[in-house]
Amino acid sequence: MHSKQDKKPSIIWFQGLTCNGNTHSFLNLENLKNLLDKFEILSHPSLPSTQNFNTVLSCTLECDIFIFEGAYDPLMKRNDTLVSKIVEYYAKSTKHIIALGSCASFGGLFKASAPDRNSGLLFNEQEKSGPLLKYESKVINISGCPIHPEWLAYTLHMIAKGREVEINKLHRPIELYSTLAHHGCTRNEYFEWKVDADDFGEKEGCLYYKQGCRAPMTHSSCNKILWNEVSSKTRVGTPCFGCTEPDFPRQNLFATKTNMSIPEDVPIGIAKRSYLTMAGIAKTFHIKRLEGKLIDYKTAD
Amino acid sequence: MARITKQERRVSIILAALKLFSEKGFYITTIPDIAKKVGMSVGNFYNYFTSKDALAKELIMYISEYLGKSIREINDKDIPTEEKIYEIVSMYFNMADERPEMIEYFLRVYLSNREVFEDGCEGMLCVSAFVTEMMMFFDNGVERGELHNQDFFSAFGLFMGYLGGMVFLFGEKILPEPLEWYKESISQNIYNALKTR
Repeated sequence: MHSKQDKKPSIIWFQGLTCNGNTHSFLNLENLKNLLDKFEILSHPSLPSTQNFNTVLSCTLECDIFIFEGAYDPLMKRNDTLVSKIVEYYAKSTKHIIALGSCASFGGLFKASAPDRNSGLLFNEQEKSGPLLKYESKVINISGCPIHPEWLAYTLHMIAKGREVEINKLHRPIELYSTLAHHGCTRNEYFEWKVDADDFGEKEGCLYYKQGCRAPMTHSSCNKILWNEVSSKTRVGTPCFGCTEPDFPRQNLFATKTNMSIPEDVPIGIAKRSYLTMAGIAKTFHIKRLEGKLIDYKTAD
Repeated sequence: MARITKQERRVSIILAALKLFSEKGFYITTIPDIAKKVGMSVGNFYNYFTSKDALAKELIMYISEYLGKSIREINDKDIPTEEKIYEIVSMYFNMADERPEMIEYFLRVYLSNREVFEDGCEGMLCVSAFVTEMMMFFDNGVERGELHNQDFFSAFGLFMGYLGGMVFLFGEKILPEPLEWYKESISQNIYNALKTR
């Protein structure tokens, strides 16, 4: 007879071509222990596991959730076993596949280095042509470089509770990726009135016009579910690099691509003509409070 | 006989005022002058515009939207930027020829009487339709790899300043040839100045 303990969903966390960034990020989860108590970790690169790595490679185990971190390289081997063989085995036998991070989701950095060879599990950037096409109904992409630990925690909790994780066209959970990184940014008032940031690391100004911020074009919840519970890139004055999107990494991350001073990309869903009309009008007004240091501004009283 | 709608009446005031302002000047033209030209009473005029300043702002928006619409038609064509430049120059010069009051108003009233437009028409507020369309033109030119990527106002000033200057010279009867005669060479000069290096 199985005890309650035995019914915990089991996880194999397997790494392809990776920098380990998602593993590191996940270890920062505030309530990591609470989450881990709900699962049986068969194998993980950093956490105590019930199975050794060679057993995982022998393709004799069964797991409920197969987490793949890193890009997929069809020629890569782990201890003389082709990663392609391992991925195929677990993809077939598991209930849920989580492509963890932008490399596993879309190819990311490692695809950029070998575009004809490496890919994500299900996607090659935007194109759904990865090796797990026949198992696509099982695949959940959690993109990000790295992922926010809460994004994975949310997904695992949903699975543990037997609830469906609703996903969008890019197989990302709607709950986490329907918002933009722009939503919740503390600089939104500067964006509205088109006041540029003069430099990186400042509290004032919007980073979209010069510093390369991709937040209005990037699906993520970075400014809604804060990093380390307190911050985000844009809050500390660093542009969003659009790291959750299939076209990551782009070139010149710290500079906005402009054509004759006009941003090449405008916020998602807004026609460029409409955006330019609105921006031009907003820029006409000079709002003293937004032009200097916030702490220097004296209110009327 | 069909009754003239309020909107048609409004447009007829705009057209009459454009002519008077550009011919006589903004300050010399009075509301009774405009009302007389349209054939309405001064009292009725105020049903359409609350003041001469309000009318002045309406006029610049009318011109900006007219220009914006014309440039948008050119922008929407799938033709090389060099040809678009020629078409914009042609459109602008034709307008200066056929409806000189439009450009005259822009140059001699809007740009010369800034105090009238200070409140409610500052910056891009009343010329947004026109400037936005020029932004779309430049953005597309760079995206196609046909224009040199530079500061917007440097390029805008070169383009529109040049055209405005030529129309001004034309209005002053200094140009020895009709505007039509200059279209080709001016378009070429603008393209040469802005093209990818």
